[in-house]
Amino acid sequence: MMALHQQQAVSEPTGGLMPSGPTYHRQVEARQRRGRIWAIIFQAALVSGVIALCALIFNIVNQSFGYVAIVNNIDPAELAVDGTPLNALPKEQLVEILEANVSAGLMRRYAHDVPFAERSREDIHGLILERVVEPQVQATWGLFDSVFARGSVMAEAEERFPGSDVYFRSWLTTSFISNSQSSEPLRAGVRTAILGSLWVVAITILFSFPIGVGAAIYLEEYAHRERPLNRLIQTNINNLAGVPSIIYGMLGLAIFVRVLEAFTSGAFLGVGDQSTANGRTIISAGMTLGLLILPLIIINGQEAIRAVPSSLRQAGFGLGATHWQVIWHHVLPSAMPGILTGTILAISRAIGETAPLVVVGASTFIALDPSGPFSKFTVLPIQIYQWTSRPQDEFRNLAAAAILVLLILLLTLNASAVLLRNQFNRRQANA
Amino acid sequence: MTIAIDRPSQLKTETNQPSPNGTGRFAIEAGAMHVYYGDFCAVRDVQLGVPANKITAIIGPSGCGKSTVLRCFNRMNDLIPGARIEGEVLFQGQNIYDDNVDPVEVRRRIGMVFQKPNPFPKTIYENVAWGTRINGFRGDMDEMVERALRSAALWDEVKDKLQQSALGLSGGQQQRLCIARAIAVEPEIILMDEPASALDPIATLRIEDLMKELSEKYTIIVVTHNMQQAARISDFTAFFSVDDRRTGVLIEFDDTEKIFTNPSQKSTEDYITGRFG
Amino acid sequence: MDRLNRELESTLCLLLPDGEQGVNMTQSAPVAHAAVSAESMQGPVAGVDGQADADAVGGGPKHDLRRKPRVGESFIQGFLFLCGAVSVLTTVGIVIVLGRETLLFFASEEVNLLKFFGGTEWQPAIGRFGIWPLVTATLMASLIAMAVALPVGLCIAIYLSEYAAQRTRSILKPILEVLAGVPTVVYGYFALTFMTPLLRGMLGRDLVEIYNTASAGIVIGILVIPLVSSMSDDALTAVPNSLRQASYGLGATRLETALRIVLPAALSGVAAAFIVAISRAIGETMIVAIAAGAGPNFTFSPFRAAETMTGHIVRISGGDLSYDSIDYNSIFAIGLLLFLLTLSLNILSQWIVRRFREEYE
Repeated sequence: MMALHQQQAVSEPTGGLMPSGPTYHRQVEARQRRGRIWAIIFQAALVSGVIALCALIFNIVNQSFGYVAIVNNIDPAELAVDGTPLNALPKEQLVEILEANVSAGLMRRYAHDVPFAERSREDIHGLILERVVEPQVQATWGLFDSVFARGSVMAEAEERFPGSDVYFRSWLTTSFISNSQSSEPLRAGVRTAILGSLWVVAITILFSFPIGVGAAIYLEEYAHRERPLNRLIQTNINNLAGVPSIIYGMLGLAIFVRVLEAFTSGAFLGVGDQSTANGRTIISAGMTLGLLILPLIIINGQEAIRAVPSSLRQAGFGLGATHWQVIWHHVLPSAMPGILTGTILAISRAIGETAPLVVVGASTFIALDPSGPFSKFTVLPIQIYQWTSRPQDEFRNLAAAAILVLLILLLTLNASAVLLRNQFNRRQANA
Repeated sequence: MTIAIDRPSQLKTETNQPSPNGTGRFAIEAGAMHVYYGDFCAVRDVQLGVPANKITAIIGPSGCGKSTVLRCFNRMNDLIPGARIEGEVLFQGQNIYDDNVDPVEVRRRIGMVFQKPNPFPKTIYENVAWGTRINGFRGDMDEMVERALRSAALWDEVKDKLQQSALGLSGGQQQRLCIARAIAVEPEIILMDEPASALDPIATLRIEDLMKELSEKYTIIVVTHNMQQAARISDFTAFFSVDDRRTGVLIEFDDTEKIFTNPSQKSTEDYITGRFG
Repeated sequence: MDRLNRELESTLCLLLPDGEQGVNMTQSAPVAHAAVSAESMQGPVAGVDGQADADAVGGGPKHDLRRKPRVGESFIQGFLFLCGAVSVLTTVGIVIVLGRETLLFFASEEVNLLKFFGGTEWQPAIGRFGIWPLVTATLMASLIAMAVALPVGLCIAIYLSEYAAQRTRSILKPILEVLAGVPTVVYGYFALTFMTPLLRGMLGRDLVEIYNTASAGIVIGILVIPLVSSMSDDALTAVPNSLRQASYGLGATRLETALRIVLPAALSGVAAAFIVAISRAIGETMIVAIAAGAGPNFTFSPFRAAETMTGHIVRISGGDLSYDSIDYNSIFAIGLLLFLLTLSLNILSQWIVRRFREEYE
């Protein structure tokens, strides 16, 4: 640098081509200014990404809580007996109230489903709310308005829905999680969908974990890379990871639902729902998602196995161990944290996956809990999709609450992946 | 007995030259052995008989294929993709590269200790027990572990923490654990690939003492880049060098004393006296 | 796990030579001196198992080193190979399924290749099967997505690799990963309930329809930002530091180094990231299914409702669909087109990475 300056100094009088002196300083300043501007632009890009994430979360939380305006068919206060409010009445009186307010035919149907003697007090109370009180959501407001523009919310509710109850409602409640699907937004819940998600994911894990890890072991430990067949397998896996998920749905529809219907409907075992016997079942969905995350598990497993130091393998071989003994006793235990972390990430992908399951044929409305791998199913993302697609605001609120459940589920899963990895590492170090 | 090889094709033989198909005279014997990595010839035409129950050192400049030759003796080179061996390696009269020979069997008879200590990420006890267990040992495991650790001069240091992780040991202890692990499966020959190069001088000394003790029961072949070490511990020394195509060749194999005092080859002398490599 | 472990072990032990044949170390006579004679190197004879080696002079081999059949090992290896083969079967399955239904689709009287690729109307009910409305909607959504994701993603990548301190990186990368881990249906909800009202508020309710490709496209863009930035960041950080130092040594500013030295050196990786992002945007389903509209519409306005290929597949297959109807077959034809499109993009990106990798290695 110094030499350069000197050279310039020498050559300047003769009209040197390199700028120097004040001209050069101005140029440097301009270049530095440009640098600073771009640095701000780069940072702005980053900030915009963070803003997008914040907007996403804000939007969902905003829709999950807030004021609702509700009009009741019969005011619960009117149903109070001797000054005892409805929700404190004993079961017998609740049955009487129900009997007095609904048709005899409906009562017979309820008794036919489950005799009143066997129903719980909460169940009867629920029936009264559903059939007698019949609350109707008139309008909902977001959390932001409810907190910062409470006055105008109240005024608007008063003006547009006179006589309505306006109260603050959290759409995400314990009953939201424990209730099954319902067409009444105030009573709808995600229990069926959560159970469906768990069933589907269980099948997915059972299907894809052994096969994925097996394939990873084969490719890393046994396969000769030069052989065309093995190269084909490797290239193929890399390409499968980029296939749109909906294509897997179509594969699942054509193979698991249609061709293997006898198997996936449970007909071969004589189980499953015979009335709707077709292959649109949990097991079809689970295997479809299994195929979908298989490339992810394989690629991740390969990386984990590749990271095992070869000195460990050599030590095993040097003692006269067979190849499988070395893999089973040394390579796999060392690679397991990596494999498990990758698997959990793949599973969280499977849990959030929607499109392939719509194609495979998730049920549009299902209030019965899944009873086994051959049941019809819905899953949490499908439930969100269906609620989002409905035009009424209150279903959007439900969708937002369900999204919160889904995100919490995924966050827990990812956190457990990290914890599991740390645990594993510590145990290995202490062992 | 002396085998001295000047050019690969010119086999100089002296009086006590063993029969070429050495059966039991040597613990292990390489005959006209070439090693290739792909197209590259790493080592050529090695003719070497290793006497039993002695320490044989392999020395030579770096890149001359010392480790490669060592790994040929228990087929560890099988694990390197593209590695290929020609010629034969006779172990008790059998060519271990015969098609019908199982490398797993070979490695159980011919153990190996590596350059860097590589204990399994398991307990100390498990490190020693594992090899014997997979090879079908059915005796008293505790006793066997103790015997192996005693043989490796490690017992007193670890007897109170057998259930702790082997990774908690010092480098020298780890390496002795690796030796204990190797002798636990009762091999005939122990191959050591620069076993002390990653250790400090005191740990090195302990390993060397241990090797001397072990040589009463085992045949030891040790690769070392440290000539003093070779002179200190070995009974025989093989000197390897590289030719102009970077291929390793065996220059001279003889009594260690003779190699270091009166080598028959000029290049050996140059290397020993530091004028080469 | 442990039990399985032990079982496996005992199975394997059966296949191994018996361990009782321990080696007696005192058999070999100690050798006194280097002058090794045939007599002193007594060949051990214990454990001869009748194998008569013609060359064996000093006694037969002590150990039988011959290969024994290891049924378990071969079985395991076979099983593992099958696991690897499942992935190939998946691809074969995809090709066969999509191919078969597509052939059936084109075999029907109502449609042929010319109508499929030449028509601008997709109305299965009246036998119009022109793919263009679906393709234009797909391309429009993807283009908008790329217009969002490429500049932002690349800027983030440059910031992360060239500007950010190690600590900032370690905070920011997980945030981007969270963004990447959010399910697409959530993004769909975001597009419909946040982006669309925002666009309508900014540009006017008359211009922007409730369902429109613009908001879907923007949100797809947000979705693929983490993909672009993390792949580009990998490519940029892979550029050796010596190049940066050379540039600084010539008096270049940080910006000049980043844009003129590092970025060109990492160009292949960045290009591969872009292509993967495009492929991802084309295949994205739930966002467009929720926010872009539910009816094929041949339009070039991003503010009008239009259905993409993926959106159409989801809508048709979500309803009650009878097998072997023309509707059923048609979605597979669309699926095949989608598959070929994304596959060729992915292969292109892999090719670019392979082809130009040596540049900075």
